[in-house]
Amino acid sequence: MEDTDVILLWGSNARNAHPIWFHHLLKGVRNGARLYVIDPRRTESAQWADVWLGNHVGSDIALSNTMAREIIHAGLHHKDFIANGCSGFDEYAASVESYTLERGETLTGVPAAVIRECAHAYAKADKAMICWTLGITEHHDAADNVLALINLALLTGHVGKWGSGCNPLRGQNNVQGGGDMGAIPNRLPGFQTMLDPAICERFEKHWGVALQPNEGLNLTQMIHAMAHKELTALFVIGENPAQSDADANHVRAALAGLDHLVVQEICMTKTAEMAHVLLPAAASWCESDGTVTNSERRVQRCRKAVDPPAGAKDELWIINEIGKRLGKELNVTDPETVWNEFRTVAPNFAGGMSYARLEEHHGLQWPCPDESHPGATFLHGRLWEQGDARGRAAPFTVVKHEGPVEMPDADFPFLLTTGRHLDAYNTGVQTAGFGSPLFRGETLDMSPEDASVYGIHEGDKVRVTSRRGSLTTIARVDRALRPGLVFMTLHYPDEAMTNVLTIDASDPKSGTAEFKACAVNVTLATSAIPAFR
Amino acid sequence: MTMPHLKLVQLSRPTREPKRMIELTIDGRAVSVPEGSTILNACQALGIEVPTLCWLETLTPVNVCRVCVVEVEGARVLAPSCSREVEAGMKVKSRSERVDLTRKLVLEMLASSVDLSTSPGMAEMLAEYGAAPERFGECETVAQPVKVDNDLYVRDYAKCVLCYKCVEACGEDHQNTFAIAVAGRGFHAHISTEFAVDLPESACVYCGNCIAVCPTGALMSKREWELREAGQWDESKQTQTDTVCPFCGVGCTLTLHVQEGEIVKATSPLDNDITVGNLCVKGRFGWRHVQNGRTPSAS
Amino acid sequence: MDVKLLTAEPTADERAAVDARLGPPSSAWDGGLDRTPRDLHLAYGGKSQRDRRHLLLPALQALQERIGWISEGGFGYVCERLSVPPADAWGVATFYMMLATTPRPKRVLHVCDDIACRIKGAKAACDGLRAHHSPPLAHGVVGGHGDARPGTHVTLNEFHGAWTTSPCLGLCDVAPAALYLEAGKAPVERSLGDVTSDAAMGLLGGGAEPADVLAPAPLGDPTKRVAPHDGTHIGSLGERRLLKRVGVADPTSLASYRAHGGYAALDRAFALGPEGVIKELNDAKLLGRGGAAFPIGRKWEAVRTQPERERYIICNADESEPGTFKDRVLLTGDPFAIVEALTIGAYAAGCSKGYVYIRGEYPLGAERIQGAINQARAAGLLGENVAGRGFAFDIEVRRGAGAYICGEETAIFESIEGKRGEPRNKPPFPVQHGLFDKPTIVNNVETLANVLPILVEGGAAAAKIGTAQSAGTRLFCVSGHVGRPGVYELPMGATLGELMTLAGGVAGTGTLQAILLGGAAGAFVRPDELSLKLTHEDTRAAGVTLGSGVVVAFDSSVDMKDVLLRIAQFFRDESCGQCVPCRVGTVRQQESLVRITTGKPLGGVSGELALLDEIGAAMKDGSICGLGQTAYAAIESAIKRLQLVRA
Repeated sequence: MEDTDVILLWGSNARNAHPIWFHHLLKGVRNGARLYVIDPRRTESAQWADVWLGNHVGSDIALSNTMAREIIHAGLHHKDFIANGCSGFDEYAASVESYTLERGETLTGVPAAVIRECAHAYAKADKAMICWTLGITEHHDAADNVLALINLALLTGHVGKWGSGCNPLRGQNNVQGGGDMGAIPNRLPGFQTMLDPAICERFEKHWGVALQPNEGLNLTQMIHAMAHKELTALFVIGENPAQSDADANHVRAALAGLDHLVVQEICMTKTAEMAHVLLPAAASWCESDGTVTNSERRVQRCRKAVDPPAGAKDELWIINEIGKRLGKELNVTDPETVWNEFRTVAPNFAGGMSYARLEEHHGLQWPCPDESHPGATFLHGRLWEQGDARGRAAPFTVVKHEGPVEMPDADFPFLLTTGRHLDAYNTGVQTAGFGSPLFRGETLDMSPEDASVYGIHEGDKVRVTSRRGSLTTIARVDRALRPGLVFMTLHYPDEAMTNVLTIDASDPKSGTAEFKACAVNVTLATSAIPAFR
Repeated sequence: MTMPHLKLVQLSRPTREPKRMIELTIDGRAVSVPEGSTILNACQALGIEVPTLCWLETLTPVNVCRVCVVEVEGARVLAPSCSREVEAGMKVKSRSERVDLTRKLVLEMLASSVDLSTSPGMAEMLAEYGAAPERFGECETVAQPVKVDNDLYVRDYAKCVLCYKCVEACGEDHQNTFAIAVAGRGFHAHISTEFAVDLPESACVYCGNCIAVCPTGALMSKREWELREAGQWDESKQTQTDTVCPFCGVGCTLTLHVQEGEIVKATSPLDNDITVGNLCVKGRFGWRHVQNGRTPSAS
Repeated sequence: MDVKLLTAEPTADERAAVDARLGPPSSAWDGGLDRTPRDLHLAYGGKSQRDRRHLLLPALQALQERIGWISEGGFGYVCERLSVPPADAWGVATFYMMLATTPRPKRVLHVCDDIACRIKGAKAACDGLRAHHSPPLAHGVVGGHGDARPGTHVTLNEFHGAWTTSPCLGLCDVAPAALYLEAGKAPVERSLGDVTSDAAMGLLGGGAEPADVLAPAPLGDPTKRVAPHDGTHIGSLGERRLLKRVGVADPTSLASYRAHGGYAALDRAFALGPEGVIKELNDAKLLGRGGAAFPIGRKWEAVRTQPERERYIICNADESEPGTFKDRVLLTGDPFAIVEALTIGAYAAGCSKGYVYIRGEYPLGAERIQGAINQARAAGLLGENVAGRGFAFDIEVRRGAGAYICGEETAIFESIEGKRGEPRNKPPFPVQHGLFDKPTIVNNVETLANVLPILVEGGAAAAKIGTAQSAGTRLFCVSGHVGRPGVYELPMGATLGELMTLAGGVAGTGTLQAILLGGAAGAFVRPDELSLKLTHEDTRAAGVTLGSGVVVAFDSSVDMKDVLLRIAQFFRDESCGQCVPCRVGTVRQQESLVRITTGKPLGGVSGELALLDEIGAAMKDGSICGLGQTAYAAIESAIKRLQLVRA
């Protein structure tokens, strides 16, 4: 990051959401990197940009495809890299052919000349990076958005080398680690697939239990399954779906309809309040030991610094006890043993990451197959190799611009998009009570032009309504927004549950909901009507 | 298909050319350090102790406090070792009558104008150089009321030695927020927000990276300040444990300072590649949720 | 960058003032009032915005000149236009004493109470103003130690002016002096001489705007060797080389300049080539006249041979050393010479951009030099193709804003870059890392003025003037108790006595008590030392310095302890505050002198003198720049050479 020449920060307000990572980005900028920020809002991050491209919400594929066409037409694509390491170029090139600069401008709102400038700068750079966050992934076509950006990186050869690549910034401290360890519905530890009988057999042998050789449900699918009574019991560990998921009214109804809801939690959340069984737990990051994996695949140790409050139990203790109740002695004694077992079942992934080495190196980046391996600072270098060393070619994927599922219309004239505040985190469970002077709670942010047209002043109480729900909150005027676009966070559900508004349209490939776009109406609220509780 | 020119692409991190070694002598002892090193680096390589106040390894040297001055043979005036780069054949004295006199006076000037009661190591430094600040008699100081204008940190500029560290940490060296700067000039130079507004009106984002680098306790977290005011702050009863921040995916190392079962402060190690000692508001102060009377009870 | 502004809005006047200096906003993100459809989808910023930081001081000056002070709204607008964080800009705004961050009336009179003026009636004028008008505006910055946020809504009487004391205004020859500033759409800036409290009160009470004491007077007869071209006396021993055109040529006319030999040196430079120019300067043994006496040829050569192609040349016209006004005379009397000399320097060293950094207290000088630049540009002597020789060079004038420290060569860089004028540690030296971190030449006005006769006469011939070690002629600023205060050009090697005679001898009581030689950073000499030869080597041997050519004569009536206290006050006022030895040392030094002069020395006078000596040693040895390093020099000489304080 600090050594790169061009950075495309796409759908990310990292200045607020990933502040310390942004320090590194700024080092790159101070070292001379040119920064393009692509975001419908002119965020704090965008204010650092050499060029801010304020595209329409949900027009990322259109922008990416337009850039790709321009790069190809200008002959700036990396022909040798593509020939050596990629597949499906011709089909891809044909698919972007209709995305002329003019059409790109129409679809994205960004002037054609600026799209061209950005495309050329990215393609011509010696080293360039694309970094993104939820602005790319919280859409109904999330995976396609990501693939569109990967296409750009492949097209220009900005992968598999120092100072280049694709950098998705994980929103949560161990979402990567959860996936690493197999806490995702479609993978075993180390991202090994359960659809491969040989792999399944290896795990069955190791664990001494039979595995179901099929993929599970993702969160969005689970909620649908609950709604349809196909799923009747749920064990929630450290998640607050009653407030954190799109179309909250729908989610809460689904949770309420469960036969059995077990919640393991460190605080009394809204989800915990609904539980049939509540398991008070230690806060894993400071009341117990273990590892977490950050955005750059770095596995680091976390350690117990304080005792949990009376009654709260260590997570391993809880798992052991559940095992016992289910008739299986798990004998999970301590975190290091768990970790070492993981190393054993995913040796190519983490075999070289002993606790001792993690301590010594302040964490290691996977894959790290053996104890002499320094960890991998970047991936996909193999695409530059030839023959067997190259492995499977990286495929271009044809993706099409669709735009948000729900667009503003006469009844719901605004597009609501969501994001984060610097001093708050998710639904505020952990950040609500630390006395941040920056705290301003939930607001409906709107452009000065709209505020003027609709006669709304900063501080006015407004009613925000979508096809799914309605709430009241306080208006705030923000120049970061353009007319027609309004903004809320998801941090303060007890004040204003933004998720009663959001749409549960979700990405079939990843299960992510379209938090970034739904149509709403905003009116002055004459009297306080309590929001959905 | 062969692609010989593909091989020309630089894939791995460029290895920097090994730096030329510079030979010099300090206090008559020869030492060889990489080009671009400072005299302070060279002293450290020899195990020679040089006092510093405004220097920190994670910040650009500003060479303003002048306690690290050394004598370079042939130079008209003393050189700040923290920023002066070594040159081949340089002859340096880390201690001499001139060096000691300037260090003593600098310490006396500071101690006579600033409250150094919470500056770690200051009493020892004053003793080492025989500094007697009282010999200036009744003199002008920077005494002023403490600024308590928010719930996270306290600014007691009566303790400020104007080392610029907080300004650098808030500015280009790390945070790039520039909420504070040195304002005024001469003896009236001081750290300030624009128009001296309270922090909540300023650009401050409460990352506390200024607190982390303050060498005198002029900047302090509110919790530490309260415990000190109550006479309850006791570092001998504190443990420090490194863990990882629970917010976002960056994975900042948090050092939790725990006194009698209570987290009282969070910092991050200076030698950490990810943080370089920095945190954001959530990391530095967001730990309160684990001890905010959290009593989960089984229903 | 993500700049967070205070909520105050600029007034229309404030917007207009800033826009006039910076040009209109390029978009809504650049301070524009209305957002265009394009603005909603596009913003340029980043490096192109950060690179405009150097315009900060000019933009703040624009507010000061138009409004009379810098309000939160106007300040915020400047920050928005330049994307400079407000706290950072606040640090700059509060560094310069001519910028006010609290409300001020439109008319403000800066009354000099520095050494040369205070012995000629300034004390009485200030006392009169204090007694019959108002206390002076506070020095220092509101928001200083422990101050609360300053009020922003003070009611001002538009017609009632205010006054403040000032350090040396460079008008010692017309002492007691003042600078009259009137904010407005067409701001008025006037240098005043022979100031009395009655005259001052008349102005502040709404009297007609005054005439500039330096305003163009009829050109004098050069044969008389005293030309009241700008209100001062000039004279010389021997041939005038530096003052040749002063009072003779019309300083507002390029044609007149050419008619008096102007641009002959540039032609010669083109004939010699860059290396040839530098050789002539080396042959002439020209040393810098700013105080450090560094060989100018070596400086130019060092920049010429840098690998970095982006290079700068700066004329240091921030003359602020108390008692100094020679550069003012050159700037007002022969401005084209500065332009020509900078052009030659740029040609020799390969610089494409030059700056004249002129102190804010020299309005006429700034006007004249800007006029000369404009005419030279129009005549093709600046610009893309200078004199048709295929080399590009242009000059920009930057005005200081009340900070002595900005005459320090690295503080100039900081100031031009839009920062606080805090000197840098050296090394690295400016010839490698100067303005914008690029190789840079900084030359004082008088130094540059020397380049022209050297190229015309030839270096070897020029070296024959003066002494072997101190070649050439030198300008001296004579003020205080002399018959004809003014600027005098002498071949080096002439004596102090000869200079005194040339300036009309001792005036006042007629009995000389002491002379301050070299400025506040110089040293005192005794009446029995008039045979001192004015050369580098002779002054060094005597333990004094030529400094910036200051000669202030004190007659027997002067309270020298008051003079010493004023010098001590000067240094503590002008210390930038960056390094401890100078920031605190200048205060401790002043406190010690106060104790001595009020008869309350700690540990007896000898104890106090020992303490002063240690403070002085730490300042000299430990300070970052020349200000701290010389802050004890004059005081030390008063104690040791004049025996002014005895144990």
